[in-house]
Amino acid sequence: MEKISLLGIFISSIFVNNIILMRFLGLCSFFGVSNKFSSALGMSAAVFFVMNLAAVVSWLLYNYVLLPLNLEFLKIIVFILIISSLVQLVELFMKKVLPALFKALGIYLPLITTNCAILAVAFLIVDYQYNLLQTVVFSSGTAIGYTLAIILFSSIREKLELAPLPNAVKGYGIVFVTSALMSLSFMGFIGLFGF
Amino acid sequence: MKKILDILVRGILKENPVLIMMIGLCPFLACSTTARDAVGMGIAATFVLTCSNVLISLIRKIIPHNIRIPIFIVVIATFTTIVDYLIKAYFPLLSESLGVFIPLIVVNCIILARAEAFASKNNVFYSFVDGIGMGGGFFLAIVILGIIREFLGSGSIFGSKEFFSTPAVIMILPPGGFLVAGVVITITKYIENKLKKTSKIISNLPSACEKCILKSKCIEEKL
Repeated sequence: MEKISLLGIFISSIFVNNIILMRFLGLCSFFGVSNKFSSALGMSAAVFFVMNLAAVVSWLLYNYVLLPLNLEFLKIIVFILIISSLVQLVELFMKKVLPALFKALGIYLPLITTNCAILAVAFLIVDYQYNLLQTVVFSSGTAIGYTLAIILFSSIREKLELAPLPNAVKGYGIVFVTSALMSLSFMGFIGLFGF
Repeated sequence: MKKILDILVRGILKENPVLIMMIGLCPFLACSTTARDAVGMGIAATFVLTCSNVLISLIRKIIPHNIRIPIFIVVIATFTTIVDYLIKAYFPLLSESLGVFIPLIVVNCIILARAEAFASKNNVFYSFVDGIGMGGGFFLAIVILGIIREFLGSGSIFGSKEFFSTPAVIMILPPGGFLVAGVVITITKYIENKLKKTSKIISNLPSACEKCILKSKCIEEKL
């Protein structure tokens, strides 16, 4: 991948390559918690927090430990262990230091371990060979994109609950079709940077 | 023998992980742009699922209960690494088109869910069958989606010659994935609802109906 400015990375990770609607990552949590606006907000805050932390830690570990020791083949095991232990640490830390925030994010934190969006960001920064600054910009942009998609979608879903629908379409059927329309509108951003 | 068949049918149809349980959606949508990718992803995930089920079931008695989840994850990650390197070595094209989704098999909820719900409680052979069944269910769902999307989006099936000249390209782009998946899931739910209704009617029939020749007609009318 050629050199792209930081602003380019930021905007493209929010809109052009939106992690949910364009890359199909983090769909389980997207469909799971987007039925209420408040739970969508809580989940996206937890994702924002852990995604940035996980991206930076895995970048440091990959470039300063795994690469010098020629252990790249261990990256899948190392990254997933980093993320799950990081989630545990964050949980403990928050419980002691920020009990108010812990109460708000509480149940969403453990769910993050199996959120593929977090792990995918760790793999993507390795694939794209970003430096540390680009990593931070990319992960925060991706987290904002996640937040944007899940919050917009939960607002639509709250309205969908009231719509009169045939039995078979109710639930996941209509949710998928709605996200198809949303994804279609995000495709409009593709021309923005030419990649 | 009956139990084996039960486990298989449950995985592939009754509790199809993707279409009915709604887990493992990311690879289901992302790796189904062509039927070839879908087959590759389906086989890779089935392989990891079956192997991890067998290994976890083998060591289920020595895993301490409190740290079982990290152990499951390490087992799954090991097999995912093996698959990742195998595909890179023997199918470089497939590895390029599936990209980041091969390492992401490790967070595929189906595998962890089966390890927790089945393999850690059942013997090796049943766990193996369960891996094949659940993997088969995932394979079936993703290949169906892949064939439909490739047919509508590029007009071919498994890269054969084009059946029509102006395909709807949107079907192989992300929105088409959501759309086709939504339709497939709706159809599945329709059939499921209908089957449930039929079995409810049958179980409510009076015993005198058992030998009646008009039984099937009666049921049809009640539907």
